[in-house]
Amino acid sequence: MGLETDFEIPVLTTSLEKVVQWARRSAIWPVTFGLACCAIEMMAMASSRYDVSRFGAEVFRGSPRQSDLMIIAGRLSRKMAPALRRIYDQMPEPKWVISMGACASCGGVFDNYAIVQGSDQVVPVDVFIPGCPPRPEAVIYGIVQLQKKIDASKMDQTPRVRIA
Amino acid sequence: MTAAEIIAAIAPVVPGAVYEPLSSSDEAVTPGVLVSRDHILATCRALQSTAGLEYVSFSDVTAVDFFPHRDPRFDVVYHLVSPHRRARVRLKLRVRAEESVPSITSLFPGAGWPERELYDLFGIVFEGHDDLRRLMMPDDWDGHPLRKDYPVQLRKDAQTYMPLQVTEEEFRASLERDRYSRPRPPQA
Repeated sequence: MGLETDFEIPVLTTSLEKVVQWARRSAIWPVTFGLACCAIEMMAMASSRYDVSRFGAEVFRGSPRQSDLMIIAGRLSRKMAPALRRIYDQMPEPKWVISMGACASCGGVFDNYAIVQGSDQVVPVDVFIPGCPPRPEAVIYGIVQLQKKIDASKMDQTPRVRIA
Repeated sequence: MTAAEIIAAIAPVVPGAVYEPLSSSDEAVTPGVLVSRDHILATCRALQSTAGLEYVSFSDVTAVDFFPHRDPRFDVVYHLVSPHRRARVRLKLRVRAEESVPSITSLFPGAGWPERELYDLFGIVFEGHDDLRRLMMPDDWDGHPLRKDYPVQLRKDAQTYMPLQVTEEEFRASLERDRYSRPRPPQA
């Protein structure tokens, strides 16, 4: 960026909080976890055409222990809800959740007994992405919104309200 | 083979059974036979083992709910296949909600899960099934969702509880069960 030539002493000062939050938002690792057709768009988002690695969020981890972000991609059935909650509980803090698509956000077209009407009944959700399914650009936009949210939040995030 | 020919072939093998041919749009491919509840097991055995029929392959068992238009509200529908004859047959039972149906798992072990599914979604009890648990809905679910009088747009809190820790007895029991059910590798 040419900063080195602008200053006599090549040192920048900032607050620790800003650096930590910058590091957190620049490498959001989602957990490999898809529930339905939205997961296909989520995979397309990671592919080279849409390339979410431009925003540092392409490293899908196979273990929730290594992940920062859970993208709930698809309709969440009542039988899946305990498993989803367990995966969420296994993720280390700080962690974020994106509810992707109409079904995960509010049940979508599945207004019936088998589907949880909104995954925020099960886990605390940071960003809701509308669409059925959302295009990969929309998911990337959601991740950028999450990055803005992380940037604006404090380093010692107060513990979230636990649901259920 | 038409439904009447199938009935003529199995009627001597199953004494006392009353059959009725059913017409359907696909009866050229899959002839349908109405069977009474008490004779379903003997009928399946006859279809499976009678020479010239040999419906040895079980395809599916499912159900239809006609509530409130019909009094025996359920149709339980069996599909059997004869692979080398390339023939199919459909058996129908008319069952009331409180009646149970004999399980055919002694003849076709593959019927175990479809019968569990019917128990789960329609509440039809299969007598003689050795593991009649819910298949699709959570174990502690109330009601049978595919019944016509079930509230489909049910409002209910999502349950997130799942036991994380098994007791020592459960752990040992599962270990023992695995030890005897898995085939052991040959000792070199």
